[in-house]
Amino acid sequence: METIVFSLLNGIIYGLLLFMLSSGLTLIFSMMGVLNFAHASFYMLGAYFAYTVMGATNYWVALILAPIIVGVVGMGVERWGLRRVHANGHVAELLFTFGLAYLIDEIVKIVWGRTSVNYQVPDALNFPLFTIYNAQYSAYRIFILFVAIFMLCALWYLLKKTRAGLIIQAALTHPHMVGHLGHNVPAIFMGVFGAGCALAGLAGVIGGNYFITDPAMAVQMGPIVFVVVVVGGLGSLEGAFVAAMLIGLLQTFAISINASFADIFGFLGLSPTSEFGSITIASMAPMLPFLLLVLILIVRPTGLMGDREV
Amino acid sequence: MTNFKRAALAATVSVLAMAGSVSADTVKFAFIDPLSGPMGSSGDAGFTSFKLAAEHINAAGGVNGDQIEVVGYDNKVSPKESLVQLQKAIDSGARYILQGNGSSVAAAIIDAVNKHNARNPGEEVVYFNYAAVTPAFTNEACSFWHFRFDAHADMKMNAITDWIKSRDDIKKVYLIGQDYVFGEAVAAAALEQLSEKRPDIEIVGNELHPLAKVKDFTPYIQKIISSGADAVITGNWGSDMTLLVKAAADSGLKIPFLTFYGGSLGAVAALGEGSIGTLYQVTEGITNLEASDDQYALIEEYKDRFPDYDYYYHRAFVTMNMFDMAAEKAGSNDPIAVAKALEGLTYDGAYGTVTMRAEDHQAQQPLYISTVSKDVKYGVDNIDLGWALVDNGTIPATAAEAPTTCKMERPE
Repeated sequence: METIVFSLLNGIIYGLLLFMLSSGLTLIFSMMGVLNFAHASFYMLGAYFAYTVMGATNYWVALILAPIIVGVVGMGVERWGLRRVHANGHVAELLFTFGLAYLIDEIVKIVWGRTSVNYQVPDALNFPLFTIYNAQYSAYRIFILFVAIFMLCALWYLLKKTRAGLIIQAALTHPHMVGHLGHNVPAIFMGVFGAGCALAGLAGVIGGNYFITDPAMAVQMGPIVFVVVVVGGLGSLEGAFVAAMLIGLLQTFAISINASFADIFGFLGLSPTSEFGSITIASMAPMLPFLLLVLILIVRPTGLMGDREV
Repeated sequence: MTNFKRAALAATVSVLAMAGSVSADTVKFAFIDPLSGPMGSSGDAGFTSFKLAAEHINAAGGVNGDQIEVVGYDNKVSPKESLVQLQKAIDSGARYILQGNGSSVAAAIIDAVNKHNARNPGEEVVYFNYAAVTPAFTNEACSFWHFRFDAHADMKMNAITDWIKSRDDIKKVYLIGQDYVFGEAVAAAALEQLSEKRPDIEIVGNELHPLAKVKDFTPYIQKIISSGADAVITGNWGSDMTLLVKAAADSGLKIPFLTFYGGSLGAVAALGEGSIGTLYQVTEGITNLEASDDQYALIEEYKDRFPDYDYYYHRAFVTMNMFDMAAEKAGSNDPIAVAKALEGLTYDGAYGTVTMRAEDHQAQQPLYISTVSKDVKYGVDNIDLGWALVDNGTIPATAAEAPTTCKMERPE
């Protein structure tokens, strides 16, 4: 029972953090039709900006300011980089974001050093909130949960219930029509790109001090975010949400399962000492998202809720 | 005519270049370890220690009159990348290789060095291993070209299990480690030695997690909590160490963590005062032991020069000083001569005598078990907490010593 409760809590938090990252990516994909390889780099920038801002002021200022700075950087990238490259087609855009990821990586190493920075959870949130089954649950984890849910609701409201969201959605699917109606489509795209980056930045602000803030965080987070977006269906926000939760829960549940293949397939004569039989489910946890990716691509190439082929 | 001039020029240049390499008065050391990425801080702390040690030797007149140069090669903890870097290092004239982070990398380097030396007589390279502690490297897989200056996993585990023997309140132990050859070696050593020294202890968990990939250890910590363990033994290093104890602190898990590398950068800072009496490490020396004024000056100089790190890689200084001694003794900087002179060499280090056992090239030295304390001379991670020796924490070299199965082939 306690295993289930813990795995549920941890899985939901990890899933929400993944969603925060992938929602921006999937928004940008709907717009450009191309995956933004540098997306995880904006996540990293969020953490580093927050670290710097927190050093000068405090965490709460950083929580607001850092995502905004990341968003502004993102808008700049769109305005002076991607928009020019766009004329040369999708491959050029893809290569541009690919190069940008490396560029940001190197810049971060030059500015903040090659090793991790001491970006700490603020004291006001650094206490155990409650204790279940002898394990304390830190207030910061619950804070992550609330920030993510707040962001989720805000995003949903903005896109589905406001006029601005209506225009954005229209511009994503029918840019020419929206342009003819008198809206400034390039400005909308710039805004969407900036907002997507800001979301990644926000994930960095709340994830960076919970995990670790170092120049490798983008590279480590990159693949899993792509898995979420592809499994969920490219360009589908609902899909990204379902996929992020699925992967978050899958990974945390797998870690808590001690059974090995021999325990499961023992009836087939698999011995617990054999190479294959001794593999435990827990040790396979990091592989599961990628297994899911392969399976989804075979069974349902559009992803769980997407409407276009990868 | 122009052609002739060009040929003459080329000939002159190449002769000059050859003359340059013959009369080289630097001994090149290649430091092959992660210098970026999640394990970058571990590598960089080692690199800075070796550089400082080399500077001290150079300032004192060098090795047989030659200057030491330590060049860093970033291997990203990948065995494949390490071999590329190793070749690059050898091509640029390095005859001594320094590496420590990751036994998977060390195994690849030992193999590559063995092959290189067999194929290129007269251009041998020697590998000084300062931290890869899988026991096999000085047992069944031992090599004349490999010297290990760190105590290996069985020796460190010996120290830990000896200490557990004196703690009757520990009845359930949880093993967690990184999923590669080193993590497996640690778990195997713990299982074997605990069943021998404390057969009443129950091993309530034996877990391996992927190396440098886990971001959130909370699920693992919650498994440890529900197992009811009284102590955790781990060989984790780098960010895996820091994140593990960070997750433990957040979950309020207050049991002893017996570690090889609790001194990893940031682990103490992550735990804060919660690390007192919960975080233990076994090392070849800690800054807060009684030592000579020279040693204190060295510790302070290191901190002054590299404020991001603490004086942690004492063995880096031991390695370089023993190299210096061996080369002076051999009267040559040639790798074979140095390697032969290193065998059986005894060095009076700051924290006890270090002997390079000739049989298997495993350094024998006293080990110290320490835990975090407030009342210390030198703090770590730029806070006022630091490592202090625990009761019965000194393990003399003779007690830490482990037998070897090494059958070494030596060049004549």
